[in-house]
Amino acid sequence: MPSSLLWAVDVYGRVYSLSTAGQQWEHCRDAHLEFKRVTAVQQCCWSIACDHNIYLYVHASEVPIRYQEETYENQRWNPVDGFSDRLLPSDRWQWSDITGLKHQPLGDFQLPSENWEWEADWYIDENFGGEPTEKGGWTYAIDFPATYTKDKKWNSCVRRRRWIRYRRYKAQDTWVKIPSEQTESLPDPFNDITCGGWEITEEPRGCLALWAVSLQGKVWFRCDINHHNPEGSVWEEVPVPGEVVQISCGPGDLVWAVLWEGHLLVREGVGRDCLKGSSWVTVESPSPGVGVVHVAVGVNVVWAVTKDHKVWFRRGVNSHNPCGSGWIGMVGEMVMINVGLSDQVWAIGFEDRAVYFRQGVTASELSGKAWKVVSVPRDSERSHSSASASSLQSAGCFFGGEVRLQSQASMLSDADAETERAGGEVVPTPEIGDAPKPRIPKVTSDSFISELVSDREGQISRCDVPPAGPSIPEEDHPEKELEDRASPAQVLSPSQSGGVDPQWSNVDLEEAQTHLTSGPGGDAAETSSLSSVATYNLALEEPYGLDEPPKWAWVSGGGCLVECHTQLNWFNSSTSTALNSSMQAMSLSITPAQTAAWRKQIFEQLSERSKREMENFMHYEQAIEQSVWVKKGTMQWWRDWKPHKWVDVQFALEQFSGVEGNKDGILFIYYTFNDEKKYLHMFINEVTILVPVLNDSKHTFAIYTAERTKQRWPMRLAAATELEMHDWLALLSVSCCDSRGIQGPPSKQAIWSVTCKGDIFVSEPTKELEASPYPTPCAQISLGVVWGIGYDHTAWVHTGGYGGGFFQGLASSTDNIYTQTDVKSVYIYENQRWNPVTGYTNRGLPTDRYMWSNASGLKECTKNNTKPPSPNWTWVSDWTIDYAVPGGTDREGWQYAADFPASYHGNKTLKDFVRRRRWARKCKLTTTGPWQEVPPIPLSDITILPCGPKSTVEQVSLWAISNKGDILCRLGVTSLTPGSSSNYGSSWLHVGTDQPFKSISIGAVHQVWAIAKDGSAFYRGSVSAQNPAGDCWYHIPSPTGQKLKQVSVGRTSVYTVDENGNLWYRHGVTPSYPQGSSWEHISNNVRKVSVGPLDQVWVIADKVQGSHSLSCGTVCRRLGVLPMEPKGHSWDYGIGGGWDHITVRGNAMEAPRIVMPSLTDNQTATRPLQTSNQPEMNGNPVGC
Amino acid sequence: MADDKDVLRDVWFGRIPACFTLSPEETTEREAEPYYLLLPRVSYLTLVTDKVKKHFLRVMKAEDSTEMWFEYEGTPLKWHYPIGVLFDLHASNTALPWNVTVHFKNFPERDLLHCSSNSVIEAHFMSCIKEADALKHKSQVINDMQKKDHKQLWMGLQNDKFDQFWAMNRKLMEYPTEEGGFRYIPFRIYQTTSDRPFIQKLFRPVSPEGHTLTLGDLLRELFPAAICAEDEPKRFQVMIHGIEPLLETPVQWLSEHLSHPGNFLHISIIPAPSD
Repeated sequence: MPSSLLWAVDVYGRVYSLSTAGQQWEHCRDAHLEFKRVTAVQQCCWSIACDHNIYLYVHASEVPIRYQEETYENQRWNPVDGFSDRLLPSDRWQWSDITGLKHQPLGDFQLPSENWEWEADWYIDENFGGEPTEKGGWTYAIDFPATYTKDKKWNSCVRRRRWIRYRRYKAQDTWVKIPSEQTESLPDPFNDITCGGWEITEEPRGCLALWAVSLQGKVWFRCDINHHNPEGSVWEEVPVPGEVVQISCGPGDLVWAVLWEGHLLVREGVGRDCLKGSSWVTVESPSPGVGVVHVAVGVNVVWAVTKDHKVWFRRGVNSHNPCGSGWIGMVGEMVMINVGLSDQVWAIGFEDRAVYFRQGVTASELSGKAWKVVSVPRDSERSHSSASASSLQSAGCFFGGEVRLQSQASMLSDADAETERAGGEVVPTPEIGDAPKPRIPKVTSDSFISELVSDREGQISRCDVPPAGPSIPEEDHPEKELEDRASPAQVLSPSQSGGVDPQWSNVDLEEAQTHLTSGPGGDAAETSSLSSVATYNLALEEPYGLDEPPKWAWVSGGGCLVECHTQLNWFNSSTSTALNSSMQAMSLSITPAQTAAWRKQIFEQLSERSKREMENFMHYEQAIEQSVWVKKGTMQWWRDWKPHKWVDVQFALEQFSGVEGNKDGILFIYYTFNDEKKYLHMFINEVTILVPVLNDSKHTFAIYTAERTKQRWPMRLAAATELEMHDWLALLSVSCCDSRGIQGPPSKQAIWSVTCKGDIFVSEPTKELEASPYPTPCAQISLGVVWGIGYDHTAWVHTGGYGGGFFQGLASSTDNIYTQTDVKSVYIYENQRWNPVTGYTNRGLPTDRYMWSNASGLKECTKNNTKPPSPNWTWVSDWTIDYAVPGGTDREGWQYAADFPASYHGNKTLKDFVRRRRWARKCKLTTTGPWQEVPPIPLSDITILPCGPKSTVEQVSLWAISNKGDILCRLGVTSLTPGSSSNYGSSWLHVGTDQPFKSISIGAVHQVWAIAKDGSAFYRGSVSAQNPAGDCWYHIPSPTGQKLKQVSVGRTSVYTVDENGNLWYRHGVTPSYPQGSSWEHISNNVRKVSVGPLDQVWVIADKVQGSHSLSCGTVCRRLGVLPMEPKGHSWDYGIGGGWDHITVRGNAMEAPRIVMPSLTDNQTATRPLQTSNQPEMNGNPVGC
Repeated sequence: MADDKDVLRDVWFGRIPACFTLSPEETTEREAEPYYLLLPRVSYLTLVTDKVKKHFLRVMKAEDSTEMWFEYEGTPLKWHYPIGVLFDLHASNTALPWNVTVHFKNFPERDLLHCSSNSVIEAHFMSCIKEADALKHKSQVINDMQKKDHKQLWMGLQNDKFDQFWAMNRKLMEYPTEEGGFRYIPFRIYQTTSDRPFIQKLFRPVSPEGHTLTLGDLLRELFPAAICAEDEPKRFQVMIHGIEPLLETPVQWLSEHLSHPGNFLHISIIPAPSD
């Protein structure tokens, strides 16, 4: 998993980030200013600096942020000049937007801010709806506005062409000021900022909601922030019923704000159509009389902090009920709290100003278990290990006014109790003069059992204290922020003079003090201007500058991804930096445990021992004979003869050791026929395929042998439960591997394929087999370099290890096994029919499909009965309406049609009688396997240069398409040491295109072909080993009327598949004319094609005879492919069903004489969870 | 790079060559040949010596075929200690094969437990695992297992099926990442010089300050004599599975990798050879 960042600001306004993989706070040195607030999301971080301007930090990405500007040049024909720019007076502008209504000459386009730059000059787009146009890019029509064609006809009176130009966002990895363009409407500076909302809508991508609060308590919303416009456009004021002090916006649709009075506001009506929401609802503070000072929201949680620093958790909050149902008091005293990704919680402790992480927050237990202090050093203090105990103690005096509550803070973790107590003893000395008397006994007595009571009493008792104490005069600390800092005082004073209980001013001040961000001078000014008891003692502060544990003011985890299997190295049992460094020193000697002396010693001694005790005695008899091992079970079997039906059978696997020590086995099926007991058997070494079969009602799998493949009649078995089926599959698959003596990683020549359930199978051309249990729907291989893509578009590179998943602890290597996760969505459809009385209802006709169904309508799928694809997947979200459906939807996600099944469209017409909408729910898999993640860009397709067996290529060409359609070229991938980090490459190079792409393939001599999302084909010119990215794109016309879907290029052959399942071969491809001349139809019903380095053609075909009962496609191989006859002549039988992806691009075996490569399978781990500690134990493999 | 998993295999497949000779006290019909066998270090004597029994019963009178027991150089061998422990404790640093004397008469009731059938061994083995899991996970893991899972552990040991055993045993070796190890380490320290059968105490793998505790820490607390100062001559050998791990080895790692199938880490402390 890629590391992500936790951001925080210390009390001096310095910004730090802490990586989930790191062990120290990194100072963000780029920030020249001090910052007050930060709010982070994964792609960027927003902040308010002490100059009260808003700053943005966009993380650099290998795919640049580009925005396409376009304008149209319009011309009309006249008999004199032909086509010219002289238009009729009634016509549109000569330069206009696509509608013709807006005048847009090229010169009018300006960069939106100085953070952008032009990529190149304007140029003409010669691509028209997926088809190349003639030079000049003109499209013709009879008149404006009309239908344009690329061909000029006799009646073409007008023409137009499209000019495009890209601008690029250049201010990455740096803080840039967001220009305050509306100074007149923003009279007062910002005070708080929060960013979120990215889960509400996919469109436009990268869409964010940014909320800000001004010092006067007004709320502002930043419009139009998305991927192409990271800065947003304008601030819009959102009316609020009171003065807001703080606001929080979650990843979803939750937005909560805190009012001065201590009540909370909840934004309602936030949705994909209206990120801003529509109205506010008030929620009372959790404890009467003690207002809320801080709120933080996540997807399904709300946390709040009240003025007495108590932490509260809001029960029952979700998208449907944003207000929740009630408050639960939590342990701990905090000044602020922040909710990050997956509802993880961070907070800043009231007493020690340390950053706390809430441990044990899971989807089922959102409130977590305990606070754990994040105690890692800052980068500046790494060498500074001399933090003495005395400085730690005096740190307790740092915040003069608050030391008194120390005893409560030690509740938080027993770990720092010692430190705290030490601090507590010191406290009274400097403070005793101005500390209120009633309070002292409570502090010195170490009893914090009656925490709640004493705390509240303490607050009240303190209010009676007159403002006293050594407040520091402003002029002692002339700081340039003084005039800024005066404003909170002004804001405060009305509420003080407004007859509010004096308690408020006092406690408010504590609130204000939690944001001590603008440097010591500013704080001093603030406190003194408010003349409070809480004294920020400057005299004490300086000497302890670096020795103290950092004091934090603000933390933001919005970009920080912590999952249950993430191991954080943030926690030590002591807050002392001295201990920290000693811990690190110690862990350094153990962490690279593979090299530790003790481990080496054990390995050496063990092998010595074995030699000593066994070498000369191998002729002795073994005490335990290797015996037959039998596993038995009951199952159902699809009877081989008519009438076919499921019959109950006894199923047994007998395993025994063969002659040469390899294991073999026999499968027995005991059944009863005509009251007679019979059995049937199958040798494990004859099994070629073992595949789970999708079946609605039963957990079935099929076993093939070569003979049964020919007969198209596999042995079909159904287990009682899915778990049982997976157990059996895992066992059978291990036996299959055992019987063929397969161990270790697959060879370079292997054929890789993926089932529709996402499991990977590897087939070796030498009739050996090995299965790799990681779900990845796309894999490409060459020269031992294997990359795969998960359902969630994460790229993975095969590490050359083997095992993982269910192999855990058995036959698996630990060196190259990593934790893998994948997320995908499960979809169900809600169907409705219109009737004249009640409109659309869920009452359908008797002939209709289920009102809750799958896409085909044949299977009932309700929200409750739909399960994740296999027991290894778990739900991670609730059901939500999916708006990203082909054909479009209306505002509620409905798609309309005349009847089921039909083509659906997004707007309701008079002829529509039915409608449906798609619901999606995310599920997640966590397993382990020999794959390493390639962050950070999500990919949708990938291709690697195929090579002959003998060729050696140092640099492996690898091209990919991001899930947004950008084409990328990977640099630095080598095959010198397969499975090592060199397969991983170094970086992505973005290859500019005018449109998004969906499929790409590179041939043996660097021919790169790609398919754009509009179905057109492109050839990349001049790609070579020296020029891996090529120079320009050539648009290749598609087969008439067909939109292409996928392309695969072998040694010379180019094959494509179109959206209607036709397979096309490119004719006339020669070295001098690599684009070829025309498309030739080869076959239909093809779903995917893979062409190997010897031009072998393998496809996944649908509707292959005899396998119709098996879902998802059959693997077929093209027969008769010869160097002079690259098209071949026919297809072979095909194997099995249930395949989703295949790649033969690594298979460069000459003369493939094998009848049918054998494939076997196995399922993913049946117990993949809880195993994440395995790789960690054996040395954390991060950092390759 | 060698793999931690290989350690598990090495431990499981450790074998001790043994030469069984019938005690001269036994009366035989004809002279008994010695019997040679490779004994699995992790198993129990009475579990793997069916062949020995058969071999010697052939030369004995039928009426003398009472319970078989073993002795090495005058010490009766406790069958309920793993074979490897018995060997390390009594016979390490001696010439191989290990000469074990077989007795049928005069069962030493004071020293040995009776072992009438394999079910007695099974009961002993399972109680070890349960005790170990009580220490490691407050019995949570073992209690979550089904009867057949328990059986799988036992059958794995009985039939010497590494994969079968470890497929189940790995669950017993898991622990929450944030805790850095088991609750307590199940271990036993054996010594020849004391009457005490073994030392067993509650010992955590991580100190309250968060330090990883090592074999050295364990011995310092429970058997300080085993740790010698630098200038002193070595007085004791600390043996686990016939090897002497360095004192810096973390006990958690030892517990995960060098425990016997009964999930206990058996540490034998023997006087260092004088040479």
